[in-house]
Amino acid sequence: MASSSGSRKKNALLARARILSVIRTFFEERGFLQVETPCRIPAPAPEPFIDALPSQEWYLQTSPELAMKRLLAAGHEKIFQICRCWREGERGRLHLPEFTILEWYRAGADYTHLMSDCEELLRSVAAAVPGSSRLTFQGIRVDLGLPAIRLSVREAFCRYTNMTADEALDRDCFDELMAAEIEPHLGVGLPVILYDYPTPRGALARKKSDDPTLAERFELYLCGVELANAFSELTDPTEQLERFQLDREERRNAGKDPYPLPQPFLNDLVLMPPSAGIALGIDRLVMLLLDVPTIDDVVAFTPEEL
Amino acid sequence: MYTSADLRKGLKITLDNEPYLITSFDFTKPGKGQALYRTKMKNMITGSTLDRTYRSGETFEPASLEDRVMTYLYKEDTHYTFMDSQTFEQVSMDESALGESKFFLIDNMQVDVLLFREKAIGVNLPNFVNLRVANTEPWAKGDTSGSDSKPATTETGYVLRVPPFIEEGELIVIDTRTGEYSTRVKG
Repeated sequence: MASSSGSRKKNALLARARILSVIRTFFEERGFLQVETPCRIPAPAPEPFIDALPSQEWYLQTSPELAMKRLLAAGHEKIFQICRCWREGERGRLHLPEFTILEWYRAGADYTHLMSDCEELLRSVAAAVPGSSRLTFQGIRVDLGLPAIRLSVREAFCRYTNMTADEALDRDCFDELMAAEIEPHLGVGLPVILYDYPTPRGALARKKSDDPTLAERFELYLCGVELANAFSELTDPTEQLERFQLDREERRNAGKDPYPLPQPFLNDLVLMPPSAGIALGIDRLVMLLLDVPTIDDVVAFTPEEL
Repeated sequence: MYTSADLRKGLKITLDNEPYLITSFDFTKPGKGQALYRTKMKNMITGSTLDRTYRSGETFEPASLEDRVMTYLYKEDTHYTFMDSQTFEQVSMDESALGESKFFLIDNMQVDVLLFREKAIGVNLPNFVNLRVANTEPWAKGDTSGSDSKPATTETGYVLRVPPFIEEGELIVIDTRTGEYSTRVKG
C-alpha cells in the first residue's frame, strides 16, 4: 500500500472513532437512550426505491426505523442508535451498499425539534473534528456556527428550476431536477434544511394539518451533500397501511418483489405517541468533516477491497 | 447488453448508432428518490460530448470496436486510405475523423485503425514519428531576440515550434501524443 494513502486512511479512521464518540456523548448528555435492534428482519419498510438484501428468507435492514418506532410505542421517549444498514445496488462517491446510520427519535416532538437537534449536533462534532465550525468540503465552504437556512421544497423548485415541484412530479422528473438543478446549491455557505415535501414524496412522514398536499419531512444538506432525512412520524395505522400498500404496488409495477407487510409494526402503531425521527449518514458526515472526496476514504474497507 | 448498473467510466456503448465512451460517471440518489446514473460521454467518431442521466433498469448496447493493424497507403482529396496487411482489405477515412493525426501519417506507415461496425473511425499512431522539415527560417547567428524556438512546417503541413538550429530538409522526431518536437534525427 502506498504510504500516503495508508496514513490518510489511518487518520480517517481515528477521526471517525472520535466523531462516533462525540455523537454518543451528545445524545447521552441530552437524556437519549442508546438502543440496539436486530439487523436481520422479516419485513423492511416497503419503500419503492430502496432495495433490501435478502438474508435467507429474511432481509438485512435498510434502516432501523420500524424497530425504533416500536420502542417509542413501548414507552421509550428519547432513543438513538448507530448501526449498519444495507441497500442493494447503491455504490458511488457517496454510496456504499453497507453503511452506517445514526437514527434518533423523540416522542412528543415534531420535525422542528429535529432541525434544532441537527444544528446542535453539527456544532458539537465540528468542535471536536476538525476543531472549527467553518468547514471546507471539496472547495465549498459552510459555517456550522450559524443557524441552517430553512428552504421549502416548493421554494427550492421555484428558485433553482423552471417548473414547480408539482409539475416536476406530474412530468416524472422530480428526482432528476432535484439531483441536477437543486442539490448542488444546497448547503453552500450555510447548512440547508429542505423541508415540506409534496405528499407523494412524504414516505413515512405525516401530512401537515393545515395543508394535506405536503408532508412534514426534511432533508439536511451540507456542501451539496444530503446528510439526513427526518419526519414528523406518521402514526395513523390506517393511513400507514394504505401507504405501504401503495408502495408495495409501486414495487410490483417496477418488477420488484413486494416485501411482506411489517404486521407487528402496524399493530404497535396504535400505541405510538406523536413523534419525530431522523436518519443521518455517518460515513458522509465523516467525509464532510475531513474533506475527503469519496466515501471509500472513511471506511476500513470497501466491498471491492474484500 | 449492459444495464444502468454496469455504467462506469471507460465503458463504451452505442447510442443512436454511434459509439460513445463514458468519460465521467456518478451514481446519485436524491433523498428517498430513485437511483440516477449520471454520465458524460464522448462520441468516438465526432468527438462531441454530451451529458445523459439514466434510471435503473435501462439497457445499452455495447459499442464493439475493433483495432486492426493497417498500412497507410495514400490520400485523395480529404480521404485517407489504409490497407489491412493480411486480408488486403482497404478502408478510408475522412480527415475530420483523423483530426491532428492526419499530419503524422507517412506513406506505408503501420498504424492501429479503430473500426466500428466495419467503419474506420480513428487511428492510434506510434508515439513518435519522423517528419522532414519543409519550411523554416534559417538560423541567424547572433540573433539577440532571445527566442529559443522558431516555427517550422513539416512535409505534411504540420506547424510546430522547433529549436533555432533546425534547418530546412532536416528530419525531426515528433511526439504524436503531445504534437511537440522531440529531437533531431542524426545522420
